[in-house]
Amino acid sequence: MAAFALSACSTDTPQSVLQPQGEFARKADALWDITFAIAIAVFVVVQGLLLYAIFRYRHKPGREAAQFHGNTRLEIAMTIIPALILLGLAVPTVATVFDLAAEPTGADVIHISVEGRQFWWRYDYTDLDIVTANELHIPTGQPIDLSIEGYDVNHSFWVPRLGGTQDVVPGRTSRLTLEADDPGTYLGQCKEFCGLSHSNMNLRVIAHDPGDFEQWVSDQQEPAAAPSDSLAAEGAELFVNGAADAQFAGGPSCASCHAIEGLDGAVGIIGPNLTHFAARNTFAGAIFQNNESNLRAWLANPPERKPGSQMPNLQLTTGQIDALVAYLQTLE
Amino acid sequence: MSAAHPPAEHPHTSTGLDNAKLAMWAFLGSECLFFGSFISTYLLYRNVTGDGPTSADLYDIPYTSISSFVLLMSSLTMVLALSSVQNGDRRAMRIWLMATAFLGLTFIGGQVFEFTTFVEEGLTLSTSAFGSSFFVLTGFHGAHVTIGILMLLGLTVMSSFGRLGPDDSRPVEVVGLYWHFVDIVWIVIFTVIYLIPSG
Amino acid sequence: MATAVAPQQGGLFARPTAKTGWWSWMTTVDHKKIGILYGVTAFFFFIVGGVEALLIRAQLATPNGEVLSPAVYNQLFTMHGLTMIFFVVIPMGTALMNFLLPLMIGARDVAFPRLNAFSYWVFLSAGLFMYSAFLLGGAPDGGWFGYAPLSLDPVTDGMTYYSLGLQIAGIASLAGAINFIVTIINMRAPGMTLMRMPVFVWMTLITSFLLLFAVPVIGVALWELMFDRLFGANFFDPAAGADPLLWQHLFWLFGHPEVYIMILPAMGIVSEVLPAFSRKPLFGYPAIVFSGAAIAFMGWGVWAHHMFAAGLGPVANSAFALSTMFIAVPTGVKIFNWIGTIWGGSVRLTTPFLFSAGFVSMFIIGGLSGVTHSIVPHDAQQTDTYYVVGHLHYVLFGGSIFGLFSGIYYWWPKVFGRLLSEKIGKFHFLLMLVGFNLTFMPFHILGLLGMPRRQYYFPANRGFEVWNLLASIGAFTIAVSILVFLYNVAVSRKKGEAAGADPWDARTLEWMTTSPPPEHNFDAIPVVRHRDDFWYRKYITTPEGESARVFAGGAASDEEQHSSEAASDEPPSSSAEGASDREPNTAGAAPPESSSEERPHAGASAEEQGHGIHLPSPSYFPLLTAAGMPVIGYGFIYSPILLAAGAVMLLVGAFGWVLEPPAEEA
Repeated sequence: MAAFALSACSTDTPQSVLQPQGEFARKADALWDITFAIAIAVFVVVQGLLLYAIFRYRHKPGREAAQFHGNTRLEIAMTIIPALILLGLAVPTVATVFDLAAEPTGADVIHISVEGRQFWWRYDYTDLDIVTANELHIPTGQPIDLSIEGYDVNHSFWVPRLGGTQDVVPGRTSRLTLEADDPGTYLGQCKEFCGLSHSNMNLRVIAHDPGDFEQWVSDQQEPAAAPSDSLAAEGAELFVNGAADAQFAGGPSCASCHAIEGLDGAVGIIGPNLTHFAARNTFAGAIFQNNESNLRAWLANPPERKPGSQMPNLQLTTGQIDALVAYLQTLE
Repeated sequence: MSAAHPPAEHPHTSTGLDNAKLAMWAFLGSECLFFGSFISTYLLYRNVTGDGPTSADLYDIPYTSISSFVLLMSSLTMVLALSSVQNGDRRAMRIWLMATAFLGLTFIGGQVFEFTTFVEEGLTLSTSAFGSSFFVLTGFHGAHVTIGILMLLGLTVMSSFGRLGPDDSRPVEVVGLYWHFVDIVWIVIFTVIYLIPSG
Repeated sequence: MATAVAPQQGGLFARPTAKTGWWSWMTTVDHKKIGILYGVTAFFFFIVGGVEALLIRAQLATPNGEVLSPAVYNQLFTMHGLTMIFFVVIPMGTALMNFLLPLMIGARDVAFPRLNAFSYWVFLSAGLFMYSAFLLGGAPDGGWFGYAPLSLDPVTDGMTYYSLGLQIAGIASLAGAINFIVTIINMRAPGMTLMRMPVFVWMTLITSFLLLFAVPVIGVALWELMFDRLFGANFFDPAAGADPLLWQHLFWLFGHPEVYIMILPAMGIVSEVLPAFSRKPLFGYPAIVFSGAAIAFMGWGVWAHHMFAAGLGPVANSAFALSTMFIAVPTGVKIFNWIGTIWGGSVRLTTPFLFSAGFVSMFIIGGLSGVTHSIVPHDAQQTDTYYVVGHLHYVLFGGSIFGLFSGIYYWWPKVFGRLLSEKIGKFHFLLMLVGFNLTFMPFHILGLLGMPRRQYYFPANRGFEVWNLLASIGAFTIAVSILVFLYNVAVSRKKGEAAGADPWDARTLEWMTTSPPPEHNFDAIPVVRHRDDFWYRKYITTPEGESARVFAGGAASDEEQHSSEAASDEPPSSSAEGASDREPNTAGAAPPESSSEERPHAGASAEEQGHGIHLPSPSYFPLLTAAGMPVIGYGFIYSPILLAAGAVMLLVGAFGWVLEPPAEEA
């Protein structure tokens, strides 16, 4: 039990629910603190009674067991006391449930539609006309209204330090409110088992000061710039048209699944929108750092890097990978 | 000793209830949850018809009412079978058992015809969630009726060969419980599926 | 008796007669043999499920583990859960129930001996069927609660095996439940009123009712899954407008009562063991019984606490939070009553007692972490993390498995006639207790640090490393403790101390007969006048509230004496029972002598109650009928020919069952 207290102080636990960083996580945490304290007290008392009874009444020569069958008054007390403790817990619990379920209102509330897919997250800032993946950018100090949409199978959206969990259920829309106090990167993960790469379905929330967030929004709203060097231009061409007839050796061109604003013909909706791919720190369910070597390895064989990946092995040649990587890295 | 006690076909029990009858009651309790869950599923999906036909397009209530009536009558013949055997008239019992089985068979025939019609009109198991829940619920009921018919025929045959033991009434009573339950379930299903209009 | 004059059929339907050897086990309808079959099979699956757990812990001992591929990992954690729940904890409880139930209520067998054998063979078929999937393309891999629509994933047949295998296992449970219900309600010895029954019998009754009503619910869910997977139905496919939450509701409407199905038998065991070794009556027997019933009742109203993150809305979440909190009340009552049982006793720290005390102790932790789940906003943080995995293991391992081991150590001498070694047993207990806490306490911490469950690896630098390593060390410690148990068994088989009828100076009827009991259980059916009847045949309670030994071999005069004494400390309802009217002149105060010559009519008392000692004959047909079920299962997956073959086996089995020469079975 002491281990709980210890681990709460540790600093190397970026995903810990015990270090809430937003109002919604804090409310849950406050309930936890009360409950945990009561639980520890009950544990000490009851476990203590048990151990005391065993020790005190252990068999010794000459000890006779007292033959009694019960004690009605004691038994009634033992029923009522736990019930009262639980009632004491029930009141703040129910209050917090309704509190957290309230939808944030106001003109400046940011609405984001979150979709969990095998095995990545799609974010649609409905009022801002931004579509991105895996890394959710939000301003600090204000509630973010997430509507959680299902797509293929059940997932669960969870950012422990910012609060709450919401299952992603196909055919249903649910909602969740998030808030971050301070700028920073908050880790999260899909929590509902969703298949081979359930473990690889991570996410990040990147909280900015409101001014920085404005900047991020306006950057994101720009379409992708046309590539300037020839290798990147070749990559853009491959992205849309593949090796020939919108095909690669192992499957259709990138554009059949991925969209890039500003690149003609790149309007796919199955995979992540890549318009500002190079501005992301991570990719593929936020499990790989976004750098050249990881990108090359990924393009060479996605299902090997991430089991069950919906992106097939396109059997790209080294030259094709060179060009595609060069192009993707221009998508700031 | 033995003279004082009738043969141990009816062993003494703590409650005086017959074991087999008690077991059947317990089983039927379980069956309530079984059909209850399927009926809940149906209620959830009765309007989820997708592009397929709706219940209003398909249901022929007069037709199903008649087949329901036939099944209901089979409960009556079942009662008559039991009362015959309790009066010691095994021949009459066998006739009534056969009549019950025949009425059950008529009901099943009606269901097969209904299913075929629905399939022709475009509702299959995979058309829509409505189709799945309709066919599986009524299909499982049909399967229960079929098992009931097999038991009725089994009783009849065994009785003809004198293999029901010295007292025929107990197995007949137990099978009768099952048969009445299956009838009652159908009343519920008929009401829920056919009579309550879907919105 | 009727059975003596019943026409003996020869030929096709003749009943088997083997009393020893393989065939005797295959055709047995003796509840004791079936109990042993259940126990051995469940223990076998315990080893299998344990090896799966060890593989999982090997994979998770270090970050980015590479012992298992994700596909194999997913099969292993799914099968680990399914195995431990459906093929270990439930059947291990069933094993004890099977062996003990008739002995505890003073019956010769269960109400339907052949149905009992059928249950066992169906259970075994279900387990073998599920495991055969490993060899036939892949085991179930969608988690033990198999959420749709992931469970519709057609990549392997794994989840089809899941839908069919659990369906078959459900049939076994249902048949067993009906059998036990009828046995308990109808087959009690004279004077064994409901409120005199041992608590283990009560918990068996309550568990059986839970199974009776819960199994059909998951049965429906599994049929729907099967129709979706095999015949293109649309019960769970969101593309066709279906609602995947239907699966969750049906599953957990079964799944939560299922939790109590697993824990109540263990609670029953503990309620037998603690009084026996505290040498005291159970504290608050009626409260223990009614709280068990209350838990079972309330257990139907808490299922959606498994779905707090599913988005049911604040009203539903609050309602289920309240019901979840308040189911802790009857659970707490039991814990206090167990402590009250020890209080004032003369406690012998035997292995069974230690396991029971371990149960209570671990269950306190599991119960308290259960209460933290009802705090909905924080449950949202805990759900689907290792915190929940920790909680459920405290309840099902710290609870059920400790309770079952307590029962195994307690009744082992009754079943096999030899004691297990206390020394090795205590070592087993200590090792298991340490290993268990080392494994599962870190799970809570991992969950709070943010590690979701069902991860085939965990990344470095999240603070997970230490706790995972500890958990893996703990898991292997548990494995060693199980080896210690097996060693204990081996030692006991070879040179274990002979147990005698009543090695623990225990309280309930099963200790009146020899160890192991004769095939007919009791030479004369005992007449019951007390709760803990056997104790009061041995001891009287003095006016000072202490117990004094009745003179050995005590006969009628002692009986009279103690009944007048004991009447004061029994509830009036039970002492007012008219059992003494039917009382024979010789109740077996001492373990009865063997009198097998007289078996058909073992004295006036047996005759009077209509129980002749005629035992039902063995039968081939339960096995044949049960064996048809997995064949039908394979038929659904692979070929209509197999389907037909399975159906024929089932029908032939059923006809043979009905037509074979009658026995005393109803």
